[in-house]
Amino acid sequence: MSGPRTAVGLPELAAHPFLKGLGEGFLRDLVPGTEALDFDTGATIVREGEAAHEFFLIVQGKVGLELVPHDRPRLTVLTVGPEEVFGWSWLAPPHLWRSDARALKPTRVLAISAERLRAALDAHPQDGYRFLGRLVPVLAQRLDATRLQVLDVHRP
Amino acid sequence: MSTDREPSPSADGIPLAPSPFTVRERAAETADTVTLTLDPLTGDRPAPFLPGQFNMLSVLGAGEVAISISGDPARPDELVHTVRSLGLSTQAIGRLSPGSTVAVRGPYGRGWPLEAAWGRDVVLVAGGIGIAPLRPLLYALLRERARFGRLEVIYGARSPQDLVYYRQLQEWRARSNARFQVTVDAAGRDWYGDVGVVTQRIPDCRFDGRNTVAFLCGPEIMMRLSAEALEGRGVRPEAIWLSMERNMRCGVGFCGHCQFGPYLLCRDGPVLPYRELRPLLRVREL
Repeated sequence: MSGPRTAVGLPELAAHPFLKGLGEGFLRDLVPGTEALDFDTGATIVREGEAAHEFFLIVQGKVGLELVPHDRPRLTVLTVGPEEVFGWSWLAPPHLWRSDARALKPTRVLAISAERLRAALDAHPQDGYRFLGRLVPVLAQRLDATRLQVLDVHRP
Repeated sequence: MSTDREPSPSADGIPLAPSPFTVRERAAETADTVTLTLDPLTGDRPAPFLPGQFNMLSVLGAGEVAISISGDPARPDELVHTVRSLGLSTQAIGRLSPGSTVAVRGPYGRGWPLEAAWGRDVVLVAGGIGIAPLRPLLYALLRERARFGRLEVIYGARSPQDLVYYRQLQEWRARSNARFQVTVDAAGRDWYGDVGVVTQRIPDCRFDGRNTVAFLCGPEIMMRLSAEALEGRGVRPEAIWLSMERNMRCGVGFCGHCQFGPYLLCRDGPVLPYRELRPLLRVREL
């Protein structure tokens, strides 16, 4: 279950470590499209295959990213926690979620509208570059981790 | 190549002949991993050991294999080995039940340099059965907790079902002044802990990189990537220690089976500084 969406002000948005230090104009453009959401343990936040129209900053809690193979039980492949981010499918076509995301404990996230975010990246290219400069290392680190998982180094 | 360390205590003065031990206790850790507590059959006390050292264990007809000592170094009378059944020898050891006999010789090799961590933050990174050689070090660190700064332990396994010492780690997590992060490569919906590889937990660790010593044990690629991540956090290569594994046969540097570059791991290791290992870990198929 998730609670009601509540509006988020500039201070709360600017305080998240992922956005800290980015230009005020860039962040102001994001504020109207940003809401806080609270999820109970076990609640689904996004579902694979559905339209990816938000980017998530975790404030507290823990989120599991899950793959849902149709011929076997679902599998959690990564957990992310406070100060981390998830949900980059809005960045690349076809803008559909690549995995499920589920709260593994009571979780609070800031959800930024992808439409607003894309517009802000275009309108503030310098901050947009810095934003992507923070997001790409996250994706690279997760790609590295996935490679290690594929290697299955602990296999008997 | 020098590692600036005291000579290995293993080669001199310790007989090569195995001694018979009986299995006092057998605890199943996972589907393929058991922890055996051994008593000497002759009544002699087991030789004292340093955290990170290993013994050669053998069951008649099933060969001999190097197994790290995984018990408490402050209780040398209680010889403990955790064994994962992989080959002929380890399968035979893994099938032993209380009262069975196993031959033991050792301890051999250079262990973890505990004194290098005095007054500093300490990070332990374990992958899979790599937690076993680190457990004696953890006992020692927790016993002398006041000597060290922050203590961070990261332990990764393939799945929740593959976690070794899980209950003990939970107890330590609850009771000790140390931070434990346990993660698995993948999990089903009944697991609410962390999922991901150990390298992903390193950014969350709290330590002063310039004043930190790290001890790593697990699959080689896991150790290399973890060492790189620790270097990225400012930990110096000479302050990162790895426990290496190769096919050890004699245990005392005679046969050469466990050669790794200029090192014979049974004699010069298994614990070596990353500063020396870094170039070797980049050599393919070494």
